[in-house]
Amino acid sequence: MGWLVAQNGEKEMSNGQNGAELRLVTPGMAIGPLAGKRVGSGTIAQNDTIIATRLGWTKEFNNTVSVDPINSAYMPRSGDLIVAVVAEVRNNLWFMNVNGPFQGLLPMSLAPWKVEFGAARQHMGIGDVVLARVQEVDECHNVVLTMKGVGLRRLTQGTTVSVPINHIERLRGEGNATVQRLRDAADSRIIIGENGRVWIDGNAEGTAWARQAIALAEASGHKTTFEAELSALEQNAPKKGDA
Amino acid sequence: MGGYGDVRLLREDGLRLDGRKLDEMRPMTIEAGVLPAADGSAMVTHGLNVAVAAVYGPMEAHPRKIQRQDRAVIDVRYNMAPFSTSDRIRPGFNRRSREISKVTAEALESVVLCERYPRSKIRVEIEILAAEAGTRCAGLTAAAVALADAGIPMRDLIVGVASGKVEGIVVLDLDKAEDNYGQADLPVGILPNTGEIAFLQMDGDLSPDEYNLAMEYNFKAAAEIHEIMVDALKRRYEGGEN
Repeated sequence: MGWLVAQNGEKEMSNGQNGAELRLVTPGMAIGPLAGKRVGSGTIAQNDTIIATRLGWTKEFNNTVSVDPINSAYMPRSGDLIVAVVAEVRNNLWFMNVNGPFQGLLPMSLAPWKVEFGAARQHMGIGDVVLARVQEVDECHNVVLTMKGVGLRRLTQGTTVSVPINHIERLRGEGNATVQRLRDAADSRIIIGENGRVWIDGNAEGTAWARQAIALAEASGHKTTFEAELSALEQNAPKKGDA
Repeated sequence: MGGYGDVRLLREDGLRLDGRKLDEMRPMTIEAGVLPAADGSAMVTHGLNVAVAAVYGPMEAHPRKIQRQDRAVIDVRYNMAPFSTSDRIRPGFNRRSREISKVTAEALESVVLCERYPRSKIRVEIEILAAEAGTRCAGLTAAAVALADAGIPMRDLIVGVASGKVEGIVVLDLDKAEDNYGQADLPVGILPNTGEIAFLQMDGDLSPDEYNLAMEYNFKAAAEIHEIMVDALKRRYEGGEN
């Protein structure tokens, strides 16, 4: 059985790894023989064969074969920087919508303010948007968030845009190069949450342009033509200080 | 389903009333991603059947009593639209739709890697827009494509397919007349890559030889349908490498 994974050099991935994600596989499809290779995410080993469990692109890195899913739900991991929305408020904690299957929990002890019992609503209400970090995820997928840390705060201005989880890497670019270009061109603050929410804070023109650029990065961030397309879009970027 | 003696379902030339051979399937098309609001969706047309499946989740399972601490639950709702048949169907759940929802959920649970999402729920909505025998199979196939489209991890794509017996002869993929006046119906859910059977029902009587032949037809058809499913998923993302 031949390998469905493209070999090194066929395409440079956005994160600098060699080995391409060129083959589209569907659940149950045999990717290739196990042959000493490790089974990565989106795959399982069955009868010495690596089987895809998700619809996505195969890739091989460090002798590990995995499938980059085309669609996937956000599964929080400890340390993730996320843009969360308050979904429920209790006396001593907030339940946050983290754009995943489970709500996150922000206890008042991990909020950046000194919160008295029963006074949680005075600091944040339903619908408020925060920049938080995932403190802990247990085996039952209980998610605890923290807002104690540099830069973690309630986002009182700007707007949020949702992008598919699997498009975050292409939006960041290699070493955050793409997102930095967007920040410079839009003259806006842009923070990409691991949970697929992007916070943009700038003037109206900058925000509108950033939305366009994010849509472009989503659609063609992985293509060789992306660089030229982004440069063309940058020509239309609002001039700094236009506001 | 004992058969109706004077109803002829096979022509004198050995073909079926709609001109198909004994082991020939009705034409099938599948389209993935038909509903933008769903996390994954698919539409299957199989003969005159039209089935749409939408997948939502994984999401937190509510009410909490349905949560499983070690795995996700699959909540399937199969429903026939009131206009799906020539006689209007009373809207809402009935005995048949409850049964099909249950067996479909059990079939899907055997392929979805539910242990990846403890305490959560994956909602699968199957809506039959037009019915002409074989809707549970069309619904199961649509659900499998919709689950794959939603990025839910699965061991395999499950294929719904049926064979049966008319005038004492085993045939593949019964149409409405064959289903109503035939002698047996054998819908199955097959995992085409491993050859496992995740779902099997039988209505009527088949001898062991007839059963084996029916299963042979089913496996052959499952391989064909699987190709259409894979093609539908690839077509959705072809060119764009989304």
